[in-house]
Amino acid sequence: MALDRWIAIVVLLICLAYGYAAFFTMDDALPPIMRRAPIWPSSFPKVLVVGAILMTLIIILGLEKGPQKTEAADINLARLHEYKVGQALMLIGLMIAYALLLRPLGFLASTFLFLTVGSFILGERRFLMMAIVSILAAGFIWYLVDGVLGIFLRPLPGFLVGG
Amino acid sequence: MLEGFMIGLTTAFSLTNILMVIGGCLIGTFIGMLPGLGPMSIIAIMIPVAITIGDPSAALILLAGVYYGAVFGGSTSSILINAPGVASTVATSFDGYPLTRQGKAGKALTVAAISSFAGGTIGAVLLMIFAPALASVALLFHSAEYFALMVVGLSAIAAFAGTGQVSKALLMTLLGLMLATVGEGVLFNAPRFTMGIMDLQSGIGFITLAMAMFALPEAIYLVLDPNRSKTAEGGEQGEIKELRITREEAKSIAPVIGRQSIQGFLIGVLPGAGATIASFLGYAVERNIAPKEEQEQFGKGAIKGVAAPESANNAASTGSFVPLLTLGIPGSGTTAILLGALIALNVSPGPRLMVDEPQIFWAVIISMYLGNLVLLILNLPLIPYIAKVLAVPRNYLIPFILFFTLMGAYIGQNNATELLLLVGLGVTATIFRFADYPLAPLLIGFILGPLLENNFSRAMQLYEGVSFIWERPMTLALLVIALLLVLLPSYRARRARDRAEGVADGD
Repeated sequence: MALDRWIAIVVLLICLAYGYAAFFTMDDALPPIMRRAPIWPSSFPKVLVVGAILMTLIIILGLEKGPQKTEAADINLARLHEYKVGQALMLIGLMIAYALLLRPLGFLASTFLFLTVGSFILGERRFLMMAIVSILAAGFIWYLVDGVLGIFLRPLPGFLVGG
Repeated sequence: MLEGFMIGLTTAFSLTNILMVIGGCLIGTFIGMLPGLGPMSIIAIMIPVAITIGDPSAALILLAGVYYGAVFGGSTSSILINAPGVASTVATSFDGYPLTRQGKAGKALTVAAISSFAGGTIGAVLLMIFAPALASVALLFHSAEYFALMVVGLSAIAAFAGTGQVSKALLMTLLGLMLATVGEGVLFNAPRFTMGIMDLQSGIGFITLAMAMFALPEAIYLVLDPNRSKTAEGGEQGEIKELRITREEAKSIAPVIGRQSIQGFLIGVLPGAGATIASFLGYAVERNIAPKEEQEQFGKGAIKGVAAPESANNAASTGSFVPLLTLGIPGSGTTAILLGALIALNVSPGPRLMVDEPQIFWAVIISMYLGNLVLLILNLPLIPYIAKVLAVPRNYLIPFILFFTLMGAYIGQNNATELLLLVGLGVTATIFRFADYPLAPLLIGFILGPLLENNFSRAMQLYEGVSFIWERPMTLALLVIALLLVLLPSYRARRARDRAEGVADGD
């Protein structure tokens, strides 16, 4: 089965959970006075979820014929192994690591690491160049955001500034 | 109108605002050239900056400048290296790149700049005429009509989203609306669908969602397929010289620019159509009506083939401000992000904007003239230098694109959980994109969600039920139009899609 139908099935399951919440559990806590009102917090979600379930069913059952894909420009899933999937997955992992390390390591160190490791994953091996670019970029962006824009970014690891 | 114009002049011609326009245009051009960062991502990155400025007029002027700059930057990379940074400039590369290969890159850039300038300026004049008229009609609207109007907008966006399958686009719109219901709504003061997670209490940040929907999938695509990020690394980047064009050439493109500016503007006003469709349609129309011998030149380096899409896409970008500023309804992903920025700045666009805060409305229009002028006289001579950015190797470029994406979501919220949410949503969006689900409708649905629900609720309260649908003829008519839009598949969008695939979404 094609990927778009698998996605539709997953979306359908999410919609069922959302719909269950909207139809059965959400209004339990509603105060009696609100029950008189023509509109409840769950009214709009109910309309949405019915529509969404209908659409997923149309896609799963293949009721609307899609056009044949011929473009070579887009990613062709049948030849996924020819693409740099490993690099992409590693970079996604790197982004998660960045999110987790940003607070503990501070902005400067984590950004430096992110940019260096990122170029490394993509195949860059000129280490000195990588280090210089990353240090300059991290420092400059920190100055720009913190100094010029006045948005606080903690530059150093938490244990150094006691927070 | 004259009074408003004067207010706009005094607002826009302050030193800060002029600097905003210039800065915005330069930043936009610079980033717009890079593969992987379309206008939507650039604007989303700039929003925290704009919010820090605080003054809504200045912020909007900055963002509008960034928008024009990005569209212009996109055409530059289309012409120079046949790598359109944005979908709306794909048509420019048909003739722009052949010109570069003939050693006429400078000429192509000049034609592009002049056409963009003319398209943008004519668009701004039309906006000035159209918007107040539309706003005065819109002042008569009630919440029921607003609700219906938004439904029309969303249906049009779904119908034109360009995957050929309306059910997918509609599903994405509904998912966007559903995501918007997460968190504590304005109307009910009760958290909904937060699953007890505190971080979801205030809902999902729209910048996070914008980054996740556009910047991140495009970056992942760039990693997956190295051929997408054609930078000028060792490649044949045309020497840029001879920026002048002859009198005959100017004469031959003048009518093209005139026609396409008007046509582009009208297409831009329609929700869901936007600059991409305008540029392809403009190119096609001009090729069809050109004399026989010129027709054969199209695709081989005809300057008309550069002038047509460039004037059309700029006029359309300007046109897309009409529904945004007068109705508060965005017609494209980019204007949806601008709407989000406006809401974040405590400005609610809509017909009241012109009455309550005319200085914002008019300053934006004046800044459009200014922005176009800046692009023509400042950016054009600088292009040979700005184009150096195209030589940045991919190994450095991609980590920076990813980093800016993360920063855009982080500095708005200062919350590391937001980054995890961004990565999660971004990976999901990439999978959606693999299967041809359009992503713009989701974001637009998300941004319009609260407005749609509020108007729906107000109409329900007023009429004690759904009877407003048939008791108000205007509402009924609009809803019928929405239904028709969904049911009638659009062949135009299909045609445009075949060529527009493979570049950053958005116009």
